[in-house]
Amino acid sequence: MRRVLKMIRAFAGTGLAALREIFDEAAYARFLSRVGMVSSSESYAAFRREFEEVKTRRPKCC
Amino acid sequence: MNKTFFVLVWVAIAGLGAVAVGAVALHRGEPINALWLVVAATCCYAVGYRFYSNFISARILALDGLRATPAERLENGRDFLVTNKWVVFGHHFAAIAGPGPLVGPVLAAQFGYLPGTMWVLAGAVFAGCVQDFVILLFSVRRDGKSLTEMAKDEIGRVGGFVAYVAVIAILIILLGVAALIVVNALKASPWGTFTIAMTMPIALLMGVYLRRIRPGKVLEVSALGFVLVLAAIWGGQYVSQHEAMARLFTFSAPTLAILIMIYGFFASALPVWLLLAPRDYLSTFVKLGTIALLAVGIVLLHPTLHMPALTRFVDGTGPVFAGRIFPFAFITIACGAISGFHALISSGTTPKMIARETETRMVGYGAMMAESAVAIMAIIAACVMQPGIYFAINSPAGIVGQAPAAAAATISSWGFPVTAADMQSLAHAVGEQTLFNRTGGAPAFAVGMAHIFSHSLGGETLMALWYHFAIMFEALFILTILDAGTRVARFMVQDALGHVYKPLGRTSWYPSILATSALIVGAWGYFLWQGVKDPLGGINSLWPLFGIANQLLATVALCVATTIIIKMHRAKYAAVTLVPLAWLVAVTFTASWHKMFDANPRVGFLAQARVLAAGPMSPATVRVIFNNRLDAAVTGVLVVMVTLVLVESARQWIGIVSGAREARVKESPFVRTRLVEERE
Repeated sequence: MRRVLKMIRAFAGTGLAALREIFDEAAYARFLSRVGMVSSSESYAAFRREFEEVKTRRPKCC
Repeated sequence: MNKTFFVLVWVAIAGLGAVAVGAVALHRGEPINALWLVVAATCCYAVGYRFYSNFISARILALDGLRATPAERLENGRDFLVTNKWVVFGHHFAAIAGPGPLVGPVLAAQFGYLPGTMWVLAGAVFAGCVQDFVILLFSVRRDGKSLTEMAKDEIGRVGGFVAYVAVIAILIILLGVAALIVVNALKASPWGTFTIAMTMPIALLMGVYLRRIRPGKVLEVSALGFVLVLAAIWGGQYVSQHEAMARLFTFSAPTLAILIMIYGFFASALPVWLLLAPRDYLSTFVKLGTIALLAVGIVLLHPTLHMPALTRFVDGTGPVFAGRIFPFAFITIACGAISGFHALISSGTTPKMIARETETRMVGYGAMMAESAVAIMAIIAACVMQPGIYFAINSPAGIVGQAPAAAAATISSWGFPVTAADMQSLAHAVGEQTLFNRTGGAPAFAVGMAHIFSHSLGGETLMALWYHFAIMFEALFILTILDAGTRVARFMVQDALGHVYKPLGRTSWYPSILATSALIVGAWGYFLWQGVKDPLGGINSLWPLFGIANQLLATVALCVATTIIIKMHRAKYAAVTLVPLAWLVAVTFTASWHKMFDANPRVGFLAQARVLAAGPMSPATVRVIFNNRLDAAVTGVLVVMVTLVLVESARQWIGIVSGAREARVKESPFVRTRLVEERE
């Protein structure tokens, strides 16, 4: 039973991590730790500015 | 014991797959259950992944788990980043799965369920998954280089230039076709138009929320946005029932086309955080949820397919688009089988996140298999409808007539009975005024999806809500591609123009932003306008053009892959990419020939121009004649360019195999990974 719960937790954790990556939340967290800032409207604006170059050049398929 | 057990399991899976494929392929007469398609697909994917991708990994690519990837060597916390393989898988799948695997199979269902299903299964396992996998691995071994850079390095300058032009051409044609699908789905539909219009203030609100109220909480705000979108769908029914409001949100196709062009321009020129990024998040949120829901719905309902295995339209006289099963079925379905566009994603963000080379198999081959499964779901959604209803929705007025009774009589005369009353009652059930002549694939998919959802999750009373949910889902998807695609194309044009006049290359210089945005929107807007004004519904001309352009890009990607495989001294295994390449060349060149020179005016651009030129002239006719000649010229230019890449690649292959050329791949040098030691 404990093993099953552990598996479910691991599965859910990976799913959530994938969603956080797809939705750029993980990228924002990395940005905050890299530049030593806390989450605020200024730091998010700075993140978006830095990320814009990479993110908006990303093609999306048909 | 263990080995024997696994052999038996795989023999059972292969046997079950063979039976299911056989049932799908050979069954005639009585309708077939959709579960046969699901089982056939599942078994084909399992066997393909376990054995074929393993063969490619071991014998050709020699994946090396000890070789450091660019994500590790060049890690910078931005684009280069070591990431969990399942996370990369989700990320890659979210990028490759667009509306293509939904719309293409729905359109190709006019041939019956069999051709589309077989092409999706065989195309994915032997071509699409292989292309995505090898291009991803080759990009990983080249510091995450793009397809155009790899083409330049491995084939030569011609390859790089053609890949660059093909990408821009595909983007422009794709954006025009995508916008046309939205226009056809929303014309004369106040409910759908209201819902989509509401997604714009919702996206703006999400942008402000993300920036000012809860910075960076994207999942949270996407969930909130999703709830607001559901409220907009719910509210749409009241708008459609209110006379004044319904009038306000009822637009003709040309008006919608102009509105979408204005939207595309602003979305490209506005700051990303305000409209583009929140909309992208909202669309992805809806997309992943809906695909999962559709899979559950199909398994729960396991509906019967009413469309026959093969229809009479395999002879090329189909009303949805003209042209014989070969080559047109194979360019109509791209994304679910093989899509050149995927090579851009496989050589874009994904290779910069892969932690170990061995993971490229699961991400590249596996994610494409998942997309192929989405295409199978789309085939099921299209084929659960009665064929008469399918053709009534997808046939343009130019073929079946404008009046419901006449259209129903024409379609019934083809052997697919349908009445105007049936269509009226279906339109009423989904909250629309009419479902006749709703070309483009999106409304038909929405009806199929609403059928599956309402029969498995919620009952008939929710049919209208599910239909508009499906329309919103597709339109949101497509509008996201429009604004992201316009921006990507703008950057590419700015990069090129920067070589001519430096300030034009600056992505922050507003005159350049406005000029290049207008240029790109004008280019795809031209194709959109052409489609809107086309008496045959636009899709008949533009979808094949898009399919040809997309598959020609796949041809370039497979040329790059074959060249690298031969340079790696694996020429004896080059058939793995050469066979799909040969198939694509046969398909795309034949399709291009037909689209340019076929004597049937419904198929050949030039034949249609000739027929129109022989009749009475009006300004509209002159425009249609010009458009047909332009489409023929665009097709011709693409074919000539890809021929150049083929010739250049073949020269490389012959030179290397005969020993006249040096076989030197341009890979990054081997560096041993530290990740294994860390794990140890």
